[in-house]
Amino acid sequence: MAYPYRDDRETTTVLSRHMGEPEARTLSGWLERGGYEALGTALEMEPDEITEIVKESGLRGRGGAGFPTGMKWGFMPKENGRAHYLCCNADESEPGAFKDREIMRWTPHLMIEGCLIAARAIRAGHVYIYVRGEFFPVVRVLNQAVVEAYEAGYIGRSVLGSGWSCDITVHLGAGAYIAGEETGLMSSLMGGRAEPWMKPPFPAARGIFGAPTTVNNVETLASVPGIVANGSAWYRQWGSDESPGTKLWCCSGHLVKPGNYELELGVPLSEIIYDVCGGAPDGKRVRAVIPGGSSTPFLTADELDCETTYEGMQAAGSSLGTASPIVMDESTCLLSAMRRIAQFYAHESCGQCVQCREGTEWIAKILRRIEDGDGEMKDIDTLYDLCEQLTGRTICVLADSVVFPLRSSLDKFRDEYESHIQQDACTAT
Amino acid sequence: MSRRIHPSVAGAQPFQLAERDPEAPLFESAEGQERLQAVLSRYPTKQAALLPLLGYANELHGWVSKQDMESIAERLDLTPAYVWSVASFYTMYNKHPIGRHFIQVCTNISCHLNGAQRVLKRFLEETGTRPGETSEDGRYTVIEAECLGACGFATAVQINDEYHENVTPERVSQILAGLDGNGS
Repeated sequence: MAYPYRDDRETTTVLSRHMGEPEARTLSGWLERGGYEALGTALEMEPDEITEIVKESGLRGRGGAGFPTGMKWGFMPKENGRAHYLCCNADESEPGAFKDREIMRWTPHLMIEGCLIAARAIRAGHVYIYVRGEFFPVVRVLNQAVVEAYEAGYIGRSVLGSGWSCDITVHLGAGAYIAGEETGLMSSLMGGRAEPWMKPPFPAARGIFGAPTTVNNVETLASVPGIVANGSAWYRQWGSDESPGTKLWCCSGHLVKPGNYELELGVPLSEIIYDVCGGAPDGKRVRAVIPGGSSTPFLTADELDCETTYEGMQAAGSSLGTASPIVMDESTCLLSAMRRIAQFYAHESCGQCVQCREGTEWIAKILRRIEDGDGEMKDIDTLYDLCEQLTGRTICVLADSVVFPLRSSLDKFRDEYESHIQQDACTAT
Repeated sequence: MSRRIHPSVAGAQPFQLAERDPEAPLFESAEGQERLQAVLSRYPTKQAALLPLLGYANELHGWVSKQDMESIAERLDLTPAYVWSVASFYTMYNKHPIGRHFIQVCTNISCHLNGAQRVLKRFLEETGTRPGETSEDGRYTVIEAECLGACGFATAVQINDEYHENVTPERVSQILAGLDGNGS
């Protein structure tokens, strides 16, 4: 793994600057690196001033949806005297994504500091960090950091003597992809099945325990201390007007150098795949890429010259998502890959909506049948029909998440499906 | 587990541990009481303590029995049926006892592309088990897992509370030998 890819971490990194330095995990090591200075600054600011800086910075949610963070915070009620909550979404579960775990296991205090600043901005007195259950090695590091920060007065009653109090509780998930969806996360946190709910009410009006709540991703919160300490213009030196800042990339699949890389938004995807990650191993050609985690549309090898901003990826017909390109070389059976993705969504459907519960299962079964050599040409039409049935008709976007890769693979690699159905043979080389 | 645990992290202790005691009382002990109170102190409702306590049962016993669910239901003023409805939603609460080494092989897309099925097959062969079954000597349970969030280090395998990354079929016997050294 490499932190970061370019050798100028002093000036171009926000998130990964201290990754790979074990001392940065401790409070003393973090303070030596300028840790908690931004919290000091934030404690001297009014909540709305903090929100304003984050709004100006243009920071967008890094959990996949890209919603402007400052605007989200602005939805929270302004009055004091009522419980408000912040949930830090650390339930990293999108196949392809492995960035939040790197932030938490190398620089837990960066995230804690971000949580505290965000809590102050939205007038929350309690932060729940919902960590994905499987991340035991990560949670050990995080727990130690939270306890250390408590004992040193950075968390708890009257933070650093400011008179402002804020608690943090680490909460462990237990293996459910849908708990990463914000309303699913809140259902789970309150002691229920991680079933998403319809919006409205939006979390800022009615979230956990009936109180105004904001849910932010780990990477979003970890970006906040730098912005508060250095200002919005500093953050805007990277990226585009609509997508400012840097992003932690998670590159996996068939790559010479898979791993995490912090890059400014906008670097061409082809540069990330070929220059940063060295392309596919053994001199093979890249066949397809899912650029933003498994729930985003496929791109072909000819479509990789796109700008990796939220708007650039959309223009290319896909999505930035969690910036987690999964690269497949020419030897990949794309039908088998798509079947594995569909199998995952079928497994993770929470079961509330019929279209999703039944549809994801149908898709997985049809793809399995085609893979086993028992497909028929009309299966392709059925799959397209299911894409229609599963889009925009459910409480959350889990169903849409399987449609994005499925429909794009049918559109772009139809020959793969036909070859399996008609000749029981793969077009991979 | 006798060390005092800070309430802020009391509901977030690693489970699927090698050291477990299936016979240990859940709440009828000083430790159990401390954990219960610490967890309850962090939420405005009792119900919110449900996942942390299911996790505690899994940590202590290696799985969550019907009896555990009933104890938890009683402490949180919930019905056992409700507790079961929640526990059954989450894959990480084991609903039956598991082997001393609980081996979860990720076969999701990035691992799939890097030969995860061959890794899974090798684990099953070397432990002489079928997916989800525990070996006769009680040592191993091997299952296929969904994404473990280590996609850049495929194939990812979780054994109890530890991760093993970049696992290839060739490394499987070495990994298993290491476990027996520590765990039997």
